[in-house]
Order: sequence, then structure tokens, then C-alpha cells
Amino acid sequence: MYVIIAGAGKVGRNLARELISKGHEVTLIEVDRERYLAMEEVFEHAVQYGDATELWVLERAGIQRADLVIAVTGDDEDNMLVCQVAKEKYLCERIIARVNNPRNHEHFKLLGIQPAVSATDLILRLIEHEVPRYGLVHLLALEEERLEIIELEVSAESPVAGVRVSEIRLPEGSLIISVLRNGSGFVPKADTIIEAGDEVLLVLDPGLEEAITQFFSANGRKASA
Amino acid sequence: MFILIVGAGRVGAAVAKAARAAGHEVSVLDEDPLSHERLDAGTGISWEDWEGLFTVGTALETEALIQAGIERADVFIASTDGDNTNLIISQIAKKRFGVPTVIARVMDPARATWYREQGLQTISPAEHAIEMFEHALGLVAG
Repeated sequence: MYVIIAGAGKVGRNLARELISKGHEVTLIEVDRERYLAMEEVFEHAVQYGDATELWVLERAGIQRADLVIAVTGDDEDNMLVCQVAKEKYLCERIIARVNNPRNHEHFKLLGIQPAVSATDLILRLIEHEVPRYGLVHLLALEEERLEIIELEVSAESPVAGVRVSEIRLPEGSLIISVLRNGSGFVPKADTIIEAGDEVLLVLDPGLEEAITQFFSANGRKASA
Repeated sequence: MFILIVGAGRVGAAVAKAARAAGHEVSVLDEDPLSHERLDAGTGISWEDWEGLFTVGTALETEALIQAGIERADVFIASTDGDNTNLIISQIAKKRFGVPTVIARVMDPARATWYREQGLQTISPAEHAIEMFEHALGLVAG
């Protein structure tokens, strides 16, 4: 695979190193002269000096044959622009953008730049995983496909504890796809009884988390039980 | 018309004053509070007394754009000193806020040309300078 990486900061250079060690061809583009010179000692011909938002710089790096373009500079406008021209002008099939300021995430989405990865969001997800609020964890969001997969822990007070799957009236647009019990997972059948302590995986339409959380914790369950 | 100008540099400020003088409602957004001085200069009246609007904020902040009046703007001009910023915020003005007329200042002729082909109105000062030099040197006819 041929990969172009815009920005040789910590993220860019470590990505380059990993990809090269996995046998991929990589070109790293860095606009800062000093950083470029330092990187050249490590990456030799795999790093080029220039502004990756300039079309000729991308062309010089061979964007026409790139399988993947990754924009990880410290500037969100630059990352959006690199990915937009990679996708729309050079018809590169796969792009990945870094979001520096999580508030800009909506702009990446608006311009169709997906996936857009934000370290802040990733860490928030991890915090959620470690300290689950209401026991809900986002496992996967397929934004293009408009689906989400979440994990929920069933507390003893939950109205679904002790209830057969076929009798659980889930909100429209959600489905239990897996149950984790005593360290192993299985796909539930209609007559599977959900037990307290189970972790259930659900697939849902976006925007249903609130309703699902309510549903699983409803009726008299203490707020932070 | 209600005209929103993002970036009160030399170009942005001059266009803002010209538009105000022509009787338009003009709002200016810039991240630097001191850029306001450019709007006061040479008019003999402060920008606010002239009923101009000024908001401090960066162009990617949705709240700043809304505060500056983007939702009722007839024209959006992106004239910050960053080509990429101008190209991105112009698209936001168009796609998210549906501003009817959007114009971006893009110094780099290559980017200006490609985005123009994609339907974005771009003005490239460098492109014009190159043309004028070519004329001055007699490299092109006319």
C-alpha cells in the first residue's frame, strides 16, 4: 500500500515508522524546514519538504497513485483541505484526518471528511469505558451507515434483569446482538433470559442512546446505583 | 444587503468600508481585537458610530459566526490571511448556513482555480498580480 502522510509531528512520524515496518511505502510531508531536516536523518527519501496543502507538493509526492492519504498536521483547516483535495480532486479512495480541536469535528463531517479522528474524543471514550456513566459504552459508530454499537451493563435493579429476550420491548431501531456473561459472549435467542450483571451489546440507530439508557435503568432505579 | 466579512486585514477592512459607504449593512469578524483600528482609519468616524458591526472570534467557531450574523447574511467574504481557512469557512457558509453569495480570497492560484471549478467563487490576488506583470512585460497580448 502507498501512503502519504501530511505532517511529521509526533503522530505523523510514528505512523510513518509503523507503516514502514509493516512493509508499506510511505511519503511523509513536512512544511517546517528544521523538522524536515531532522526527519530526513531518520526517514531519508521517505520524507519530503513542503506544504502538503499545495497541489504541486501533493503531486510531487505521487498522490495520483496513493492508496491512502492521512492528514495529521496541527491545523484543522489544513487537514480538511488535504483530505478534501485528495478525495475529490485526486480521487484517492481512502483518507484519514486528524481533528485537533474537537469542536471542529462537525466541520469535517459537513465536508464529508471521514474518518476524522480526535484524540480528545478517543480519550473521552476510554474514560467512558473505564468509568461508565450509566454503564453505557460506545463501542463503534458507523457514521456513514448511520449505526452505533453500544455496550450496557444490566444492573440488578434494571427492569430487563430476569426477563426473556422475546419479552423485552426495546425502543424501535435497536436490537440486542450479543450478551457477555462470566467472561464469554454469545448471541441470545428469543428465550434467553437476561441476568443482572450481564453486559449486553446493542446495535442502534444514532440518537437512541438516551432512550436505551432510560429503558435499561428505568422505573425507580437510583440515579447512580 | 447584509455582508459578513471574515478577516479584517488590508483587503477585508477596505472592502468593509467600501460596502458600508455604499449603504450596505456590514459585519466584520476577526480574531484580533486590534484589527478594529483598520475599520476606523481614514473615515473620520468610528466603525460603531458608522453602524458597522464587529465581532472578535475565529472563523471556525460556529458561535462566533452566528454572533456575527451569518444566519442572515446575503454575502459572505472570507478574507483571512490563510488560504485554507478561507476555503474551509466559505464551504461552511455555503453548505451549513446557505449564504447565497460566498467569495473566498485564495492567494495560491492553483487552489483558487480548482475550487472555482468546484463552484466556489474565489479571488486570487496572486493570480491578478501575475497577470499584471505579464502585461507589464508585454508577455501577453492586450
